[in-house]
Amino acid sequence: MKKQLKIIAYCRIKNNAISLNGKSIITKDKDLSFSDFAKQIYKEKQLAYPKFFKMDNLCKLAFLTSEFLFEAAKLDSEIIKNTGIVLSNKASSLDTDRKHQDTINDKDNYFPSPAVFVYTLANIMIGEISIRHQIKGENAFFVSEKFNETLIEHYASSLIINRKSSHILCGWVDVDNNNYDAFMYLVAEEGSYNYSKEIIKNIYTQN
Amino acid sequence: MKDVFITANTIISPLGFDSEANVSAIANEQSGITLHNNISTSPCYASIIDHKKLDDAFSKIGDSKIYTKLEKMMILSLQDTISQAAFSISDKTALIIATTKGNIDALNNNFEPERAYLPALGNKIKEFFGFKTEPIIISNACVSGILAIAVAKRFLQNDYYDNAFVVGGDIVSEFTLSGFQSFQAISKNPCQPFSKHRTGISIGDAAASVAITTNTSESEAIQIIGDGSCNDANHISGPSRTGEGLYLSIISALKEANIKPESIDYISAHGTATAFNDEMEAIAFNRAKLEKTPLNSLKGYYGHTLGASGLLEAIVGIHSLKNNMLYKSLGMDELGVTMPLNIIENTTKKELKTFIKTASGFGGCNTAVIFKKVEQ
Repeated sequence: MKKQLKIIAYCRIKNNAISLNGKSIITKDKDLSFSDFAKQIYKEKQLAYPKFFKMDNLCKLAFLTSEFLFEAAKLDSEIIKNTGIVLSNKASSLDTDRKHQDTINDKDNYFPSPAVFVYTLANIMIGEISIRHQIKGENAFFVSEKFNETLIEHYASSLIINRKSSHILCGWVDVDNNNYDAFMYLVAEEGSYNYSKEIIKNIYTQN
Repeated sequence: MKDVFITANTIISPLGFDSEANVSAIANEQSGITLHNNISTSPCYASIIDHKKLDDAFSKIGDSKIYTKLEKMMILSLQDTISQAAFSISDKTALIIATTKGNIDALNNNFEPERAYLPALGNKIKEFFGFKTEPIIISNACVSGILAIAVAKRFLQNDYYDNAFVVGGDIVSEFTLSGFQSFQAISKNPCQPFSKHRTGISIGDAAASVAITTNTSESEAIQIIGDGSCNDANHISGPSRTGEGLYLSIISALKEANIKPESIDYISAHGTATAFNDEMEAIAFNRAKLEKTPLNSLKGYYGHTLGASGLLEAIVGIHSLKNNMLYKSLGMDELGVTMPLNIIENTTKKELKTFIKTASGFGGCNTAVIFKKVEQ
């Protein structure tokens, strides 16, 4: 029994620019590093969430994207609590994995750190978003060569049809060396925008 | 909703290269955990598959030089599962791969560092067997393997695929070992889940695979009847003090299966043997009214096999149902959690119909899946 789903809101962060529901809302100098860009956004939004500074770049990117998305979606706290989170990327946590590897390559200069190691899992971003918004719903993290809107649609639909969650935070959040790309969208049975994997693919490629 | 069943299965571990050898080693209380002198800066207990044995077995089906250790383990496992399965690979067969760290050793060995990207691992497996669909890769910390079963079930119930092969695997690497050491989470002795004397985890190599289908002619079939995968929303590396996400996952799985806690005959727990994890599980099982249900952790036999563990331990659970055996929770002596639990202290024969497999991991993730033996 397939259900027609809708998009409640969507957010894209790449090339130091942020767009929300298709409209550009913030554009920064393209030459800024991602960490400087993220710090500026954090300050301008007056987020007052010190845990942000402990996060690796992957979690910072996921965190900021979800901040814009939840702000725009204006969901009831009971709905947020049970929201499913289905995220994906290509590089998993390799950006931080390389940093941990650097701490163990030299036996005479061996300094593995729990503060780095804990971020050597891509699904930590789901944990960070869950803690921030007190979300205790379904979780899954997928890895694919490129953004696979079909896979995400299948899983989000399955969670809704199987009555696990009514709202699903979906997306792609990838950080790999100096490249990053985030696209998140909230889907449910009711929402402002039509949803299909073709629509999602169009939004992803055009924004 | 369609009924979904687990049929063929294979475990590749230091205890053996098929499920039967593994289950028989467990029945004999053998552990794969031994002391190793060359995997870290100091000697360390771990459960490691011997390279030569692996290459000997692999060379019968492929060139052992061009595949990484993890790829060889996963391919060997799948080869056996595919040959046992009653269906063959079609364009509606899913390949689901579960791993926490994949080929992370490629960051620092003779293989190209690009091999550490999980899609590269997915493609090696896909090409070896000629799968016709894109691999679905799940990397969700230590729940990956058991979550993969839930994902397969959900995709089959909603007709996205006709059937699926699920494979999970992870290896002992200096990468993960050094990280857990930095957390002071590695046990100085073989790990002792739920014991008062536990001091941390031992880690292990393993690959495991299953065939999942909506169609089986087995007279005694294993059905997946409920699942849940909820977040603690509490801490990224510390288990919840209330067992919240695990409790919610168990409740979600029970609700879907439409059964009461007393219908569960056996719990295959996560039981990593860290102080906080085992305590968290005890709290969650008590909240879910499962404190009287016989329970074990299989980490005393395999160590913590990360993304493989949930799938590997679910397979042993399936054999428990089929053999009507409760296997001893190896390493248990005195109960070391603050809430009551019914830990299996001796391997015993008992009529079993239903069991729950649970797992928890960094990022606050938890998964519970319920399996039932059905006569048909």
